[in-house]
Amino acid sequence: MERKARPWMCWMAAAAVALGFVAGPKAGFGAEPYKVGGIFSITGSSSFLGDPEKKSLEMAVDEINAQGGIDGRPVEAVIYDTEGDPTKAVLAVNKLISKDNVLAIIGPSLTPTTLAVMPVVERVQVPLISCAAGIQIVEPVKPYVFKTAQSDVLAVATIYKHMQKHGIKKIGILTVTNAFGVSGRDQLVKQAPDYGIRIVKEEAYGANDTDMTAQLTKIKGENPDAVVCWGTNPGPAVVAKNMRQLGLTLPLYQSHGVASPKFIELAGEAAEGIRLPTGKILVADLLPDTDPQKAVLKKYIADYTQRYGGGVSGFGGYAYDAMHMLAKALKGTGGDKAKIRDNLEKISNHVGISGVFTMTPQDHNGLGPEAFVMVEIRNGTWKLLD
Amino acid sequence: MSEFLQFLLTGITTGAIYGLIALGFNVLYNATDLINFAQGEFVMLGGLGFYTLGVVLGWPLGLSFAAAVAAVSLLGLLLERVALRPVKKPEPLPLIIITVGASIFLRGVAMRLWGKDPYSVPGLTASAEPVKVFGAAVMPQSLWIVGIVVAFMVGLHLFGKRTLTGKAMEACAIHRNAAWILGIPSDRMVLLAFAFSAGLGAVGGVIIAPITMCSYDMGTMLGLKGFCAAMLGGLGSHWGAAVGGVLLGVLESLAVGYFSSGIKDAVAFLVLLGILFVRPAGLLGASAVKRF
Repeated sequence: MERKARPWMCWMAAAAVALGFVAGPKAGFGAEPYKVGGIFSITGSSSFLGDPEKKSLEMAVDEINAQGGIDGRPVEAVIYDTEGDPTKAVLAVNKLISKDNVLAIIGPSLTPTTLAVMPVVERVQVPLISCAAGIQIVEPVKPYVFKTAQSDVLAVATIYKHMQKHGIKKIGILTVTNAFGVSGRDQLVKQAPDYGIRIVKEEAYGANDTDMTAQLTKIKGENPDAVVCWGTNPGPAVVAKNMRQLGLTLPLYQSHGVASPKFIELAGEAAEGIRLPTGKILVADLLPDTDPQKAVLKKYIADYTQRYGGGVSGFGGYAYDAMHMLAKALKGTGGDKAKIRDNLEKISNHVGISGVFTMTPQDHNGLGPEAFVMVEIRNGTWKLLD
Repeated sequence: MSEFLQFLLTGITTGAIYGLIALGFNVLYNATDLINFAQGEFVMLGGLGFYTLGVVLGWPLGLSFAAAVAAVSLLGLLLERVALRPVKKPEPLPLIIITVGASIFLRGVAMRLWGKDPYSVPGLTASAEPVKVFGAAVMPQSLWIVGIVVAFMVGLHLFGKRTLTGKAMEACAIHRNAAWILGIPSDRMVLLAFAFSAGLGAVGGVIIAPITMCSYDMGTMLGLKGFCAAMLGGLGSHWGAAVGGVLLGVLESLAVGYFSSGIKDAVAFLVLLGILFVRPAGLLGASAVKRF
């Protein structure tokens, strides 16, 4: 018995020393920090999402700490890279929960990675605030899963409303074969009848495809009034270019997944005239002063630009909103995860980057259709449509 | 009918690229028995190099093209000298694994240098207006691609059959030791093969970039498709590479056109499996393959 105990003692001693090292430098703030996990696709093909999310999370943490932290305790973010890979996301979540002992997790950046980690956080009951768009994340509602990104339900509704207003009745859709595209496709199909719109051709493409002329040729054969493409860079830029190539002059609608200046850069001239729904950040300067989000947006844009030298996009806002709402929810809980969850559900009229959030037990996204506006790309920049 | 033609022309364009990459595999395989899995990364470096020189630094496009290809060729030489030559027991398997490592390394370096975003690159002709061929629309860049690939095929063929260096390379390919005994500097031929194959990859990257855009991770899939094309046509056969590439491109495009876009990438690998089962030497390969 004694012999068996010895190695354990050894480990415990080692652990104590290690803990000492970890805890040592943080003694400055006085109180033990609240640890928050972040998992984003910081590298890989979706880095355009994860990179600003990571930066925005760090910025929000610094803002909160500069104001004295939460209940006198600082916030500390532990951030891991998923590379957009669901397997790595699950590993990272397990590490955050069992090794870093975080109170809540912000991210992941993508719908597939979020769907992969949801069972894990539900099982161990750690609140997760996802930065991904897919509606499956919050529908049906899971107790511990929230999200800040606008759902594709709202994006589709915004597009269809605009089409209805402009008499577009027959559309062809071209969606990417990953969770983002599939979720978008489902919503496009589901909501079309509500707006008197008929989908005459339904096509798909792979996330790494380099040529979509074959699909567009098939869509062209059905003579639709407009084309809707649902994907994230670079596929939609290829679609825009291929449409030019085929001489298709139909209006092209894109998803909010490409609402960043990068898309205009990639698609070049072919971007002209493309319409898409987007969060208000892209057009913050064009918003009327009465808009409640305008001040918040301008501050975020100014701070982000000052800190990182530009590259502001709406994507970073997902993590920024998540952290600020989490800070609200953390207040007075003393780090009790169930209480944090309850508080998150009670957040109302939180003016954020992606919209004005009002969470309820039935709605873990908390955004309404006014979170989106329609824009058109003209002369290489965004123009607000009514 | 014009639909079919559109699918066909699209397939030929992508197929030509696959063929060019396959050609890069072949040139090296012939001289060294080596499959260089960093071939796709040379394609990526060609595209991104062209972007840096032509777009960021604003050099004339022709000059950027040549400089990007030359730089990647040099990198091919460097790879041989630094990573492969010092290996104590130069057996194919360790060498191939080194090339896999090199590909991961190059991708990582490219990510640091160029970042993770994709970049848009201008076509070789300023006009973005498509050309109409019997009702099918073709980008001028596609014509460039097919033209350049054909030119390289013919050039490589003539080089192998008509010049002393080319013949020496072929001799090395047939039997390295025998060639060495006859006074052919086989070491230098191997170096030349590395430079050639890296250069061919870079050419592929430069001409495909305006159509697909280029990013640090574009090489992997292109490399694999090129490898499929090389296997399909028969490893080591230059014309086989061309046939394999175009066949693969057209099959993919038709699969997208007439079945579903979801199975596009599956087609390449199904074809590869099929060919390995039925005719392992490839369509135009020598029927008795005894290497390794």
